[in-house]
Amino acid sequence: MTEMRMRDAIREAMREEMLRDARVFLMGEDIGAYGGSYACTRGLLDEFGPERVRDTPISESGIVGAGVGAALAGFIPMVEIMTINFSLVALDQIVNNASKLHYMSGGQVNVPLVLRMASGGGSQLGATHSHSLEGMFAHFPGLTVVCPAFPGDAKGLLKRSFREPNPVVFIEHTALYGARGEVPDDPDHLVEFGQAATVRSGKDVTLVGYSGSVHQCYRAADMLAEEHGLTADVIDLRTIRPLDMSSVIRSVRRTNRAVVVEDDWKFGGFAGEIAAQIMERAFDWLDAPVARVAGKDVPMPYNRNLEYAALPSEEDVVEAVLSML
Amino acid sequence: MSVGQAIPTMVGEPPDDELQQRFLYEMLLIRRFEEKCAEMYTRGKIRGFLHLYTGEEACAVGAISALRDDDKIVTHYRDHGHALARGVEPNRIMAELFARVGGTNEGRGGSMHIFDVSKNFLGGYAIVAGHMPIAVGLGLAANLSHEDWAALCIFGDGGVGEGEFHEALNLAAIWKLPVVWFCENNGYGMGVPFDDSLANDVYKIAAAYQMPSVRIDGMDVLEVYSATQLALAHVREGNGPYFIEALTYRYRGHSMADPELYRTKAEVEEYRKRDAIERLKRSMIADGLIDEPTYQALVAQVGAEVDEAVAFADASPEPGLHTLYDHITKEYEGESG
Ligand SMILES: Cc1ncc(C[n+]2csc(CCOP(=O)(O)OP(=O)(O)O)c2C)c(N)n1
Ligand SMILES: [Mg+2]
Repeated sequence: MTEMRMRDAIREAMREEMLRDARVFLMGEDIGAYGGSYACTRGLLDEFGPERVRDTPISESGIVGAGVGAALAGFIPMVEIMTINFSLVALDQIVNNASKLHYMSGGQVNVPLVLRMASGGGSQLGATHSHSLEGMFAHFPGLTVVCPAFPGDAKGLLKRSFREPNPVVFIEHTALYGARGEVPDDPDHLVEFGQAATVRSGKDVTLVGYSGSVHQCYRAADMLAEEHGLTADVIDLRTIRPLDMSSVIRSVRRTNRAVVVEDDWKFGGFAGEIAAQIMERAFDWLDAPVARVAGKDVPMPYNRNLEYAALPSEEDVVEAVLSML
Repeated sequence: MSVGQAIPTMVGEPPDDELQQRFLYEMLLIRRFEEKCAEMYTRGKIRGFLHLYTGEEACAVGAISALRDDDKIVTHYRDHGHALARGVEPNRIMAELFARVGGTNEGRGGSMHIFDVSKNFLGGYAIVAGHMPIAVGLGLAANLSHEDWAALCIFGDGGVGEGEFHEALNLAAIWKLPVVWFCENNGYGMGVPFDDSLANDVYKIAAAYQMPSVRIDGMDVLEVYSATQLALAHVREGNGPYFIEALTYRYRGHSMADPELYRTKAEVEEYRKRDAIERLKRSMIADGLIDEPTYQALVAQVGAEVDEAVAFADASPEPGLHTLYDHITKEYEGESG
């Protein structure tokens, strides 16, 4: 184990996979000389050269589609989309091409493409630059959606993504790039998709999150323990498609209460999917309706106080738990 | 070759007798296949959107005949002709249109999405210009693997208005990719004449991306063939992409649902006088390459092949409902590929 930051764990994963498999190459806006907007690719251009670490023009649709094409022709491209906000102009390639070519071709072709993108608000970047669209991507059959909360998982999941024969949307919360954690050194350490992690155990309530919201759940669990004498299961989904509902259901059947936490808008959001599945599979075990703590239904404001109010907080999670007792 | 040159010069030997025979046969096959599709659509055997290629046969046959087996093709949704010209079995294309398991895509794709990997036919794509970035990736793969195969990307004039067209041409140009862009300009994007939708001629727009760009007669299969040969030689030598605008015309409506309110019958008749099949037939007769009985024998042959395709498609079962979830993702076996 080595302690490192999330961004370094992500870089290590890419480095190791590039060393392991000559079919892997990277492309994206400013991933080369600049080192990546969030410094995830720093140093890789020097190590691997411009053929395998390719700076691209600002053409999200073009480069994601190029990734699809290279994948069809036997390569394993990683396309970095600077932030999830700009994935919106590449949705045609992600949704109409990458996610369904295997199906539409009757299984003839497959698209081993890794799309990395930074997500989340909280940096006063305003409404166009603060999206959390994990749930939107999870909506599409054919895509795998990975949302790590810890550096060790980020590395294991990203390495696993490079070995997946299908397109993977790998989403990194901007607030977590600097977060530190233990990372396994073993170059064969992979984290399997569709396996949630119980990062904390308790008996009174199940808190479910992914990516940044896992940390809110964790802090809320601290507050519940210290201030209210309550203990919580905290479940980190790690991938939201495939989704490990079994772990969630097992926990809820024990705690009889659940709060689902995400940054994305509550209305039509992914937390609603989890709440519905809990209702379908653990209705008789519930002592209270499943609660959702999520982003407020507004475009993200620029003002600091307003933005803080628009995002879910650990206090909101604690409040939701207390109101269901 | 200068940028924006209007007509390319012939390269190498003109197609020999045997090749011309094959052109004639393939164009007849496509025409007959498409006519049969129209019939099968009216009889309810083919459903969904059906875009026929009648009138444009010289584009598919001329361009695709110039390819090597290891070159890769992506095309738009008006794709039966391209698949046939590439040698995809008519039986399996028809079965796909009938949505049967014997279809190229096991009934998952339909008319607009024909795939046959064994022929390096990497799909018909139904989002206008959505496959153009994919061609960039194919070209990139060819370069990264230091192989000299090329990608042929076929699309309609309507694609030129899409952002993905411009992103793709720019990327192919700056990275010097072996992509031949082949625009089938049939004068219309659905009912909109291209004069009303583009600020400049297609080949001039492409020329702005610093690649050789030519406009050719897309209803002359020999010209299409030699222009594409020239283009392929150019891209294989590492000179970057090449653009061909082929002027052509579709005889039928945009799709089977099109009442054709936007053009006159006289206009269609005008183009029919320039019919690519008739033209090739006449010149081959003049050159003594075929006679009328040989021609009629070819017509009978493609008729029989298309009938056989219908019989094959009819006999092929529908996919079982238990296969609904097949092929959503490829099984993970510990390695990608
Ligand atoms: C992005 C997108 N917008 C609109 C459509 C609907 N549509 C299908 S075909 C077509 C016309 C395309 O014309 P062109 O590219 O010239 O090809 P042609 O049909 O003439 O062969 C349109 C507008 C579509 N499929 N995709
Ligand atoms: Mg057109």
